[in-house]
Amino acid sequence: MKTAKKYKTQKNQRFWTKFWTYLFLLFISAVILYPLLITVTSAFKAGNLMAFRLELNANWTLDSFKRLFTDTMYGQWYLNTLVVAITSMLVQVAAITLAGYAYSRYRFAGRKQTLKFFLLVQMVPTTAALTAFYVMALLIGGLDQHWFLILVYIGGGIPMNTWLMKGYFDTVPLDLDESARLDGAGHFRIFWQIILPLVRPMIAVQALWAFMNPFGEYMLARFLLRSQKNYTVAIGLQTFISNPKNQQVTLFAAGAILIAVPICILFFYLQKSFVTGLTAGGTKG
Amino acid sequence: MATTTNKQKKVTFSKEQQAHMQKATWLSLIPGLGQFYNKQIFKGVIFLIIFALFVFQMLFSGVHALNGLITLGSTPREDHSLFIMIQGAMQLLLILIYAIFHLVNMVDARKVAKQSILSPDTVSHTPTQLLKNVWNNGFAYLLTVPAYILMIFTIVFPVLVTIFIAFTNYDFYHIPPATLIDWTGFETFKSIFTLSTYRDTFGAVFGWTIIWTLSATTLQIVVGIFCAIMMHQPFVKFKRIFGVILLLPWAVPAFITILSFSNIFNDSAGAINTQVIPLLNHLPLVDIPMISWKTDPFWTKIAIISIQGWLGFPYIYVLTSGILQSIPDDWYEASVIDGANALQKFRYITLPQIFAVAAPVFVTQYTFNFNNFSMIYLFNGGGPGSVGSGAGATDILISWIYKLTTGTSPQYNIASAITLIISAIVIFVSLLVFKQTKAFEMED
Repeated sequence: MKTAKKYKTQKNQRFWTKFWTYLFLLFISAVILYPLLITVTSAFKAGNLMAFRLELNANWTLDSFKRLFTDTMYGQWYLNTLVVAITSMLVQVAAITLAGYAYSRYRFAGRKQTLKFFLLVQMVPTTAALTAFYVMALLIGGLDQHWFLILVYIGGGIPMNTWLMKGYFDTVPLDLDESARLDGAGHFRIFWQIILPLVRPMIAVQALWAFMNPFGEYMLARFLLRSQKNYTVAIGLQTFISNPKNQQVTLFAAGAILIAVPICILFFYLQKSFVTGLTAGGTKG
Repeated sequence: MATTTNKQKKVTFSKEQQAHMQKATWLSLIPGLGQFYNKQIFKGVIFLIIFALFVFQMLFSGVHALNGLITLGSTPREDHSLFIMIQGAMQLLLILIYAIFHLVNMVDARKVAKQSILSPDTVSHTPTQLLKNVWNNGFAYLLTVPAYILMIFTIVFPVLVTIFIAFTNYDFYHIPPATLIDWTGFETFKSIFTLSTYRDTFGAVFGWTIIWTLSATTLQIVVGIFCAIMMHQPFVKFKRIFGVILLLPWAVPAFITILSFSNIFNDSAGAINTQVIPLLNHLPLVDIPMISWKTDPFWTKIAIISIQGWLGFPYIYVLTSGILQSIPDDWYEASVIDGANALQKFRYITLPQIFAVAAPVFVTQYTFNFNNFSMIYLFNGGGPGSVGSGAGATDILISWIYKLTTGTSPQYNIASAITLIISAIVIFVSLLVFKQTKAFEMED
């Protein structure tokens, strides 16, 4: 009698746990999907909306995408962003891979001190040094120039990412280097042929981060790039809806989709390796 | 150059040998001479040339640049104070780099002198030997050089210039080259803390920055952990679909979602006021009026904090999920035998485990939000309203800096001073935590 009752309450309890769990998951999914769906559907709507809202019975059209490339400088902005993203990705990944390898594999004078220096400067919010960048740009003619923005993007990420890279190199066993050295491999060959292939996942992650950054960074780009034709997509798209009297919501939404879709694909494609990269590099310190 | 000698057995040197080492060290006060004394002619010549170049540079432009750094120019329109300041800053960096070289040179002379006593054969004398030696011992330095050059240009140098500007009167009254800039000592900091206009604004903005950082980040962390625990329950089906949905806010670039939300929260036409609230009002006993999301500071703050929770929780969720999977099941089984309930299991097993691993990441989340410019600026431009000196009701320190720098009457010196204050706070808090979590302890 007693056990049957206990069994029943247990079953009851289990039902309610399941009920609340699914209710919560459905609720949070709705909260996540609702604003995203609003943006996505707005891109395919005709006319010029004042504001987004979710309506499923509208006139569907690809007109906004067409106008994006004929009436605005969106194509140019996209190209600019790609140039900035790819250049800063290549240079930053190269620099942090080399430095991370050196810090992981060599014991040189000043190593510990400089590692601590990296950890320290990593905390400095460099984007806040707006005035300094402005003055420097004035002096060397970097205002409204992509190369200056690229340089600032690259440098800002170096300390933190070198640190993570070093952490990942540390997970590759040292025996590999030693046996290669015994076989007569030089410094360069050990690095290039033995160790580098093993840290490819982390390099991919770092490349993704460096690549994604210019697509979303607003503050420095807005501050340093002055003429419309040099804008990156982030500041370009903002101009569509920054004027409250002339909100071009559908154009914004269309432009947003063309950025978000490729980035989401890259993100989910590399998701597994960057989660492991995050924990491996982070916890080893 | 600097050879890494492993910890050698303590060797006692005779008086003469010690004198030999001393002599090499002191001679290299002029770089190269110590190396000549050690019979490393090739190295000595290179060091001497570097030394000569430095002296030459100092005499012909360095002294001038340092002098400029003190005066910041004397004739308006002719002297550009900013450029003079930058040249001075560069000169300081150059001197610092040279000082490091000088030190390395002296240490090197001493090391080689010692080496020539202990094992004379290993000392390299010819250029080929030297180059081979440099390749072997300097390879690590070679690898780090690109990172350092980039960092000097984009971090060290801007920080130096920011520090300088904070101590000048560089604002819209003093724009070079029309007018000169002057050193003003601690005037800028004084006016931030004592001048009533700045003091009140700083107090208001700083207070909100702290509230914003704490509440938004804590919300992110709580929601992230909660989602991870929900998803970790073994009976949950469709894990893949839910997993992808939960990651979406992280995958979509933040500026897109913030701008979309900015529109969705529009007072008159936005989807929240025209769609969500009417929908909720269909529920029994619910009657919510239209909310002024963009014009009432209180509701703007609520909106911004909620949106940041939306944007930031997936990162915590992913991290926590990984940690939950690594907690062994028998810990929970053992606790059940001891009579623990669900809450106790969470309180004494799950939570401590999460914090043990993820605490440093949580701190980086707090410092990130402390400087989360995009969220504040793109949602409502820091508005509504004004708390004085150009700052709006939801401006945090970093967006106030942006406004001070880009506004119609820029206050570069105030902006730089606030930048320094921000950096000091962030570094202080991070150091405190990193010390706790032993990130500073290295493996050897």
